[in-house]
Amino acid sequence: MAAIFSRFKGRREELIPILQAVQEKFSYLPEEAMQQVARFISVSESRVYGAATFYSQFYFTQRGKHNIKVCCGTACHVKGAKSILEAFERELGVASGGTTEDFKYNLERVACIGSCALAPVVMVDDTVYGHMEARRVTECLKTDPDSKL
Amino acid sequence: MTGGKELFAEIDSPAKLAKISEICRAAFARQKTRFLICAGTGCVAMGSLPVLAEFKRQIAERGLAVDVEMLFEGREAVTAAAGSGCHGFCEKGPLVRVEPQGIFYNKVKAEDVAEILAASLDQNSIVERLLYKNPDGSPCLTVHEVPFYSGQTRNVLERCGLIDPEDIREYFAHDGYQALAKALREYTPEQVIEIVSRSNLRGRGGAGFTTGKKWATCRRAPGDTKYVVCNCDEGDPGAFMDRSVLEADPHAVLEGMAIAAYAVGAERGFLYVRAEYPLAVARLQKAMEQAIKWKVLGENIMGCGFNFYPEIFQGAGAFVCGEETSLLASLEGGRGMPRMKPPFPAEEGLWKRPTVLNNVKTLAKVPKIIDQGADWFAATGTVKSPGTAVFALTGKIKNSGLIEVPMGITLREIVYGIGGGIINDGKFKAVQTGGPSGGCLPEELLELEVDFDSLRSAGSMMGSGGMVVLDEKSCMVDIARYFLEFTVHESCGQCTPCRDGIWQMLHILNDITAGKGRPEDLALLEEMGKSIIAGAICGLGKTAPNPVLSTLRYFRPEYEAHIQDKACPALNCQELIAYQIDPNKCKACGRCRKECPVEAIKGEKKTPHVIEQSKCCKCGICLETCPAKFSAVSKITGKHGDGSLASIDR
Repeated sequence: MAAIFSRFKGRREELIPILQAVQEKFSYLPEEAMQQVARFISVSESRVYGAATFYSQFYFTQRGKHNIKVCCGTACHVKGAKSILEAFERELGVASGGTTEDFKYNLERVACIGSCALAPVVMVDDTVYGHMEARRVTECLKTDPDSKL
Repeated sequence: MTGGKELFAEIDSPAKLAKISEICRAAFARQKTRFLICAGTGCVAMGSLPVLAEFKRQIAERGLAVDVEMLFEGREAVTAAAGSGCHGFCEKGPLVRVEPQGIFYNKVKAEDVAEILAASLDQNSIVERLLYKNPDGSPCLTVHEVPFYSGQTRNVLERCGLIDPEDIREYFAHDGYQALAKALREYTPEQVIEIVSRSNLRGRGGAGFTTGKKWATCRRAPGDTKYVVCNCDEGDPGAFMDRSVLEADPHAVLEGMAIAAYAVGAERGFLYVRAEYPLAVARLQKAMEQAIKWKVLGENIMGCGFNFYPEIFQGAGAFVCGEETSLLASLEGGRGMPRMKPPFPAEEGLWKRPTVLNNVKTLAKVPKIIDQGADWFAATGTVKSPGTAVFALTGKIKNSGLIEVPMGITLREIVYGIGGGIINDGKFKAVQTGGPSGGCLPEELLELEVDFDSLRSAGSMMGSGGMVVLDEKSCMVDIARYFLEFTVHESCGQCTPCRDGIWQMLHILNDITAGKGRPEDLALLEEMGKSIIAGAICGLGKTAPNPVLSTLRYFRPEYEAHIQDKACPALNCQELIAYQIDPNKCKACGRCRKECPVEAIKGEKKTPHVIEQSKCCKCGICLETCPAKFSAVSKITGKHGDGSLASIDR
């Protein structure tokens, strides 16, 4: 944490960049780190939590290793994103927003990843899969080197 | 960097900039043939990076690799441009352009590279099979012949895809920072505002507020400390225009911001970029560092005594932060909640100081307006909405991608001209503009001339530029429900009309799409929509009912079918449809049975298969897997007026 704080001045308006740096290190925002952040920028913990919980990119529990983002933007929606999300939910056994028990995958529905011309689109970590079909979901997971599927 | 000495000079006067531009222009002109491989997000997803790597490898193998630095020493070269920005025609990616001829190749794979190089470098010919083909099969040799491009007017996107956004010298070669130099040398801040006002440039973030007026208000506001903020929090689902501009031409945005700062009297500026746009952030960061090093931004810009320091701020995932007062609250380090206006940010914004907030595309237009004058800008488009509009054209359209068109173009010209019509020659149903704040326009309005005011009077909105085309398989009730689900999730929860009102409307729509709607619901939805528009604090709430109200206005019979007939005519709403296997067509091949994820399909060899409706999860995999020659699976929906079942062909 000291290394993170050394990059900042300790001003209130730095709260969001600080939280982003903390999350980059731990992959989520541990309680203790939040307390330290509050002390560092001299505000109450509730203010830190208040801001952090407002934004969807901050997480408060341990995250899985791989991120699966199913795009549910308009273009993807009209091309059947819902059935693809449901297929992932079935395959992984978690609801969207959840993490698998073995902490291997996070499943998220996202509003738009801006590859609308390839709709429907799924992103597994940094790889974009365009023109998705529900039956290709297992294939998508299989290409992941960690997968035992 | 290998090879020669890097050209670098501190630009300490506008005259020096002119000289540097000349050197850069001459240097890049020494590239005899230039292969531009699109490295925008869409093409990367389609595999453009291996194509780029292969171009570089083979050019090196031919002994033709010449470092950019060597161009500045007078060497001639063939070069593969590393990762140009988005070319726009994402549908056909990966895209490769060969300049200066403008040869346009689509769907290029790494194994095609040798052939392209041989054609361009050895044989002076063209690889015909990689050209874009018209529907009648005739090939388009150059980019100018492709209807997707020829119907456009590219001002903001002029350089997108043509320059390497990571090398400021390419921007210099294309008159980069000349407009800023002109503003600083020739005009007072008031004159800059005068020019922008006279051009009648309106904010491209969606609301269409006059930019000159905003700047003038900020200039007049008391206080010495003022700020300029570029709103890069492009959150609308189905929209990626701002991202493409930031990725492909970041200096244009920075130059526009610096001109705005000079005009209003600001020294600091912030670019609030969506967290989901890492590439845009990286390109902006690099562009900023280069611009400061060359002294076209930062302290004492071009020796003119003007300072401007831009900073990047990454959002953390909140759609409402696209609203200006929310964005400012977020920049200050808190929850991104909007506040009542007035006072407007131009009078009281960031840390209570006068602040100008402009969209990416608005600022990207500014340099050219200063350079070419207000009359040049006003000559394109309509009187009340001059200039061009950038749209992300997506959905059930043949040619999807990023387009720039003059204001006043008709929807038909966009959909059937540039867009090439509906996928699979299907039937056009509606076009959705403006994202969650906009509405759906029906076929009768295809002749509508697109501008800020015409869209608004038709019940939609320009918005930030998402344009999603829908065909007859899209359910309009579901589209309205989809947007409400989005706004409910993104509402900050501060004001009751938005927090509770939209939530209630969503519940009614959920009921309707589940076949539990009541006839009186439609009047209720309209009443609630009007109340929310009147009562919500910010733009998010005030526009959230638009998707419902516009679909009720133009597609009412579809709502009525859901309520009265318990049917979804578009065969889309899951609770109102079923999948069926035609026993006369089923050849019992067993594919659907094997693929069904919930084992709802029963059947033996040689006996037609049957779907057990109570188990079916309606994923549609059986329809996808049934071989086209059998076409035994179909979708059906509830009873229609004549008692028949609606079904669609595959």
